[in-house]
Amino acid sequence: MAEHLHTEVTALEPCGMILLRGDLEAEWAPDLLSIMGYSLPEQRQVIQSEAGAALWFSPDELMLLCEAGSVAEAVVQMQSACREAQAHALVADISDARARFAISGPGARLTLSKLCPVDLSEAGFGPGHVRRTRIAQVACAFWMTGPESFELICFRSVSEYVEGLLRNAARSHMGLEML
Amino acid sequence: MLILTCPYCGVRAEETELAPGGEAHLKRVDPEGSPEALEEYLFHRANPKGVHFERWRHAYGCGKWFLAARDTVSMEVFGTYPAQISEPPQELIDTIRARRPGWEPV
Amino acid sequence: MSLRLSQGGRLIDRSKPVKFSFNGKALSGFAGDTLASALLASDHMLMGRSFKYHRPRGVVARGHEEPNALMNIGAGVFFEPNQRATVTPLREGLEAASQNHWPSLETDIGAVNGMLSRFLPAGFYYKTFIHPRPAWKHLFEPFIRQSAGLGKAPKEADGDQYEYLYQFCDVLVAGGGVAGLQAALRTGREGKRVLLLEQAAVWGGRAISDGDELDGQSAEAWVAQAVAELEAMANVTLCLNVVVSGVYDHGYVLAAQALPDHLPGGESPRERLWRIRTGKVIAAAGAIERPLSFAGNDIPGVMLAGAMRDYLADFGVVVGPRSVVVTNNDDAYRTAFALKAAGQAVPLIVDARPECDSPIIAAARAAGIEIAFGSAIAKVEGGKRVTGVQICAQNSAGSALREIACDAVAMSGGWSPAVHLFSQAGGKVIWDEASAFFRPDATRPPTGDDGVPFVSVVGAANGYLEAAQALADGAGEPVPDGVQAAIAAVWRMPAEAPAKLREKTWLDFQNDVKVSDVQLAAREGFESVEHAKRYTTLGMATDQGKLSNINGLAVLGDALGREIPQVGTTTFRPPYVPLTLGTVAGEARGPLFQPLRKTPMDAWHDSQGAYWEPVGHWRRPYCFLRGDETPEQAVAREVTNTRQNLGLLDASTLGKILVKGPDAGRFLDMLYTNMMSNLKPGRCRYGLMCSENGFLMDDGVVARIDEDTWLCHTTSGGADHVHGHMEDWLQTEWWDWQVYTANLTEQYAQIAVVGPQARAVLERLGGMDLSAEALPFMAWAEGELAGIPARVFRISFSGELSFEVAVPAGRGLELWQRLMDEGEALGVMPYGTEALHIMRAEKGFIMIGDETDGTVIPQDLGLNWAISKKKTDYMGKAAQARSHMTDPERWKLVGLETLDGSVLPDGAYAVGAGENAVGQRNMIGRVTSTYHSPTLSRGIAMGLVVHGPERMGEVLEFPQISGDVIKARIVSPVFFDPEGERLHG
Repeated sequence: MAEHLHTEVTALEPCGMILLRGDLEAEWAPDLLSIMGYSLPEQRQVIQSEAGAALWFSPDELMLLCEAGSVAEAVVQMQSACREAQAHALVADISDARARFAISGPGARLTLSKLCPVDLSEAGFGPGHVRRTRIAQVACAFWMTGPESFELICFRSVSEYVEGLLRNAARSHMGLEML
Repeated sequence: MLILTCPYCGVRAEETELAPGGEAHLKRVDPEGSPEALEEYLFHRANPKGVHFERWRHAYGCGKWFLAARDTVSMEVFGTYPAQISEPPQELIDTIRARRPGWEPV
Repeated sequence: MSLRLSQGGRLIDRSKPVKFSFNGKALSGFAGDTLASALLASDHMLMGRSFKYHRPRGVVARGHEEPNALMNIGAGVFFEPNQRATVTPLREGLEAASQNHWPSLETDIGAVNGMLSRFLPAGFYYKTFIHPRPAWKHLFEPFIRQSAGLGKAPKEADGDQYEYLYQFCDVLVAGGGVAGLQAALRTGREGKRVLLLEQAAVWGGRAISDGDELDGQSAEAWVAQAVAELEAMANVTLCLNVVVSGVYDHGYVLAAQALPDHLPGGESPRERLWRIRTGKVIAAAGAIERPLSFAGNDIPGVMLAGAMRDYLADFGVVVGPRSVVVTNNDDAYRTAFALKAAGQAVPLIVDARPECDSPIIAAARAAGIEIAFGSAIAKVEGGKRVTGVQICAQNSAGSALREIACDAVAMSGGWSPAVHLFSQAGGKVIWDEASAFFRPDATRPPTGDDGVPFVSVVGAANGYLEAAQALADGAGEPVPDGVQAAIAAVWRMPAEAPAKLREKTWLDFQNDVKVSDVQLAAREGFESVEHAKRYTTLGMATDQGKLSNINGLAVLGDALGREIPQVGTTTFRPPYVPLTLGTVAGEARGPLFQPLRKTPMDAWHDSQGAYWEPVGHWRRPYCFLRGDETPEQAVAREVTNTRQNLGLLDASTLGKILVKGPDAGRFLDMLYTNMMSNLKPGRCRYGLMCSENGFLMDDGVVARIDEDTWLCHTTSGGADHVHGHMEDWLQTEWWDWQVYTANLTEQYAQIAVVGPQARAVLERLGGMDLSAEALPFMAWAEGELAGIPARVFRISFSGELSFEVAVPAGRGLELWQRLMDEGEALGVMPYGTEALHIMRAEKGFIMIGDETDGTVIPQDLGLNWAISKKKTDYMGKAAQARSHMTDPERWKLVGLETLDGSVLPDGAYAVGAGENAVGQRNMIGRVTSTYHSPTLSRGIAMGLVVHGPERMGEVLEFPQISGDVIKARIVSPVFFDPEGERLHG
């Protein structure tokens, strides 16, 4: 029954999430990112730190993760840094807008392969990448936090649906041993 | 089911990640425009058998709108390009001409 | 009688008996059997009744192409009809039942249709059941429903699970026979990412059963070696039991994976739909043998020659000790050899060709098998099983020259390459006259997104039927000439068969289409193959004509006096084999059918009697039921309590979009019909958003946050659309404007605190000055309420004193709970969407989706006050100036009061004098919103009426379907507190 493809799905506690929109190539951008200890991630890349991760979302959009307790201050600092630099940018606390899940184990790639139209082979996706896509019928983003583990975020209102999808897909990988 | 490369995030996105947006390079007509120009803008759309320029949004991905040149019969995609442009790029026009001798942009 | 021989059967394990049942009778087979082979082994040759004439039918094929042996499998929630016994693996406890008969398979009353068959020709239904019309409903339809059809529809929801799997590769090889294995080896060695899928449970296709020799080895050894090499390649993935069912644009491929080890109701899915994106497809789907068209070719015991040797080689099963082989090609000779080798009698090979020679014919002669060249089967003897055949000359009208007693007939009308996958994606096929089949035209293949061909075909599917040819073709090497003698195209047997024989000569076994039916269609003028197909239903059954299409085309062409290429083929459409609805739906069923969006307070609502209503994908409480209240009673209570005391509404679903940047004001001035750039920070304004066509699209309150930031509220269903609309214009039209947007809808929980006690309850929470002076109507403020960071908007959609409080979503439930606790003494009650709707209607506020339907402009709704006169441009302004939009005859918003106080039906039309162009009464208006107002104790409604605002006091007539007429007076749409005194508290 493909026991060796066991997959664990865990709903994670909320963390701090900050949305940054702006010209990421601008002069002020490195300083702004350094407030949270990040540099600019490359296209479709994630930079991970102890406290969280900086996710590339689009050419003018990043999502910055941090500990839940430090988000309020980080937003204030970033907003005032923008004002000082007269930067045209949007910084918003979106910590409450999304739910987080960890998918881990030897069957983690397979689990997401059942729900997302993304090449999740080792050749197609690996640590350091982030992908915004859909999971079944709703939007999501995921990245790898280890060789066999993913973190996935989705909108808060559909967290029960997404959790159901993940648990359902993780249940049995029978017949997929060869992948 | 189509697959189009989003020029913003580089993902070869399948159609289920995308939202269609109709014909590309429409010129907006404001209230100063003539009734004929307004009619053209609001209601008249090209529906060519062959090369067509169209708008797509990477709705489930980076959220960006982009433009694509596609053959509506063979489904060949000649290229995708960012939406911040009022005419198809010359390089793309050259590509299409090479692939479809005799084709001329409208 | 059909039986299992004491030895042989490469796929079965005789040490593992498997018990199953057929029509309630306990039977036993072996592990590795299919249901069909196990039934044959138990002498169950009769496996079903035909669709129309209820003819007794037995298994005719080996695989997915089987038209006859369709079974009801399982029971209860695991019941599934129309399963092909030939591809149903036998498992312990399997319950199978045959279909389409009553009262039993052996004695079927519907078989009387067979005797009436002369009166049931093609198109019979169309011709007969048109008049008189009541006869259709009461006489014909019940009879047809009883007697026609295949399996029974399941009565219960499917108890099994299904799922998808997305896969990506450079090369997809469809088919794991010799050619497919070769193609996988070739592309695998090149380092490509290869996915090799085989529909059967074993590799090698026909080669092993046929005993072919490949590269000087036995097929068995060659296949084992090829599979071992492929398995050792990290870049190649092989999978059995996956049938490629469709090839679509841009390298998209659907395949269905059966899980033979799955137990009904088990943990694993029953089937998995693979959604594959590949660079190239190599179709190696083999070929499908064709039946021959002779009278009685559907009697149980008549089987495709290839299938007969498969049952022998794979399962050690024979249909009977004496088998006659009838053919127009060399391949069927192999069946004669295989039967002889197994000790079975082959009294005669009936070969329709004139005498010819080839290695295999010579071998047959040497083995002493009698061959009758130029011969045909005139007729098969037997009812529920074959008892003999009458032999005649092929070029004759069928007068029997001799009669041979036999138990089985092995027929081969040649092989048709399985061109389906190539053709589905747009590849063209050509008729190969010499080989008498359609083969893929390599010069006109399907092309991919790069304009380059992406589907190629190898092996038998490419028309190379012999093993040595498939071996070379799969490897991409020059294909040697075959050694077989040429096939003779034989479409009718015998050539001059009279009507009496043609009426017993089946083309499409599953849909009961005979040679005579196709000929009739041609006579009646159905010359196009697509028309003839639909008229006769040839090829329209669940097997999609895999056996019958070519024979049918040939008969049609013959009847029309045309060659096959001129007749053409019908279109090959996916899926190649039937997919169950469960497989297509994947995981999307039950709670995962579609996303259900829940607000942060959802669980509280659920525990407090919420009576749910879907709003977009959200679920929102329509009302909260207390005790044994009806919803109507609950709604009335909620309205009354909110107007008198205090109500709470969960408004979290409202869209909240942040718009920021130096050009944000200018942008919002374009987006909304009124001015937003001159709104002061700290203030709110109601705004309307129109499409470029001028139609009202969305509405909501906009709050200015600071110098360059605005927060736009949208309707609950409209948030994503409005956000997409904003991004569309910013990205594709005004890309030089400096504006960023963020959809913050889900970041905040929002609670409307409404009613005379609204301020009092918020003051009890403490933390913010919410007095009328500090926070006047249409202002907002930021602060902390009950220790929770909050934005409070002093806005009202109910006409009452009202505050909307937004807090981080994670604290929404906490705030809700605090409001309920503190509000208890003030008479707080939660209210739902229906109370919201009634209160807004009492105030004459429009609702997007009620008063608007995509054809309504703000001017129709009397909303001119919300349209800027100063602005030279906004979205929809130009369109709103068009003559049709400024036509005084446009219907305009009014209130409607029934004279008797009753509630007008939603959507009811008012009629005026005269008639329209088509003789109907003139419509002069319609109801857009209608409710019973608990506040006014009467029915109130809003509607759009021609010249409405100029007709105050006039009475309109709303005729009902019942014939009654409801009369309603045109009044102002503002029914309650027109001065707005309550609003200001």
